[in-house]
Amino acid sequence: METGLFLLFASIAVVCGVNVVVQRHPINSAISLIGVMGSLAALYLLLGAEFMAATQIVVYAGAIMVLFLFVIMLLNAGEEPKGGRSWPARVLGIPLLIIFLGVMSFLIQRMVPETDQVVFGAFLKGDPKSIGTLLFSKYLLPFEVTSVLILVAILGAVVLARKEID
Amino acid sequence: MDGVPLSWFLILSAILFTLGVAGFLFRRNLITMFMSIELMLNGVNLSFIAFAYKLDQVDGQLFAFFVMVVAAAEAAVGLAIILTVFKNRSTRAVDEVTSMKYCPRPVNPQRIAEWSLRGCNG
Repeated sequence: METGLFLLFASIAVVCGVNVVVQRHPINSAISLIGVMGSLAALYLLLGAEFMAATQIVVYAGAIMVLFLFVIMLLNAGEEPKGGRSWPARVLGIPLLIIFLGVMSFLIQRMVPETDQVVFGAFLKGDPKSIGTLLFSKYLLPFEVTSVLILVAILGAVVLARKEID
Repeated sequence: MDGVPLSWFLILSAILFTLGVAGFLFRRNLITMFMSIELMLNGVNLSFIAFAYKLDQVDGQLFAFFVMVVAAAEAAVGLAIILTVFKNRSTRAVDEVTSMKYCPRPVNPQRIAEWSLRGCNG
């Protein structure tokens, strides 16, 4: 059962990922990226990370991608003009990419032993209680530093987006 | 067969990361380049969570959580920058954002005409 679920969501992720890169209008890329994030959330559930799956949907697909969509609609971004790539890039780009991915897949298959299987329900530490315990004890410093990071990001966005007062 | 091999998750993560890199390098639209960065970050998150499963520790998921926080902050600031660039320039192609490009004044006086046409600042 896990194999069928994995293949379904992995193929959705790859097809939507290719669509993000290939589509000319940014709004199509944004919708495909939401599809990638949704299928990745399902894969996180398969790996026993239920908190991360919910956070992925709420934060990534629900906040960041909506921000992207707002900006695309605000800028009224149109289709990208075609062309502009050199001749070797056009011919060799995709075959080299596929060769690179083939080599990577082969190496990964050799590194990880075949007995490492992912079974749904085998990883029980992905609940919010374990994550919270670790977040506030061992990773307390990164947690506090991210609050400073978010403050800096808010300041930056506000400064960049304000009107100039003459 | 009682489950999915873990290497499949890592291969999917590599595929997503490679697609993100390809999108970042081959596209000229600023917003699409940004979305390719988000695709790369998602691929890395999947890798973190797969290794959290393999090593039976939840630290990998915490790393993915921090990656997500940083991606959110970066998306906010980056989109503000894109809005400012578009407001001042009315272009979305990254090739045309050249006002800070450094290309020194050519020594040969016959090339100065095309140098000034390229929009370089000395």
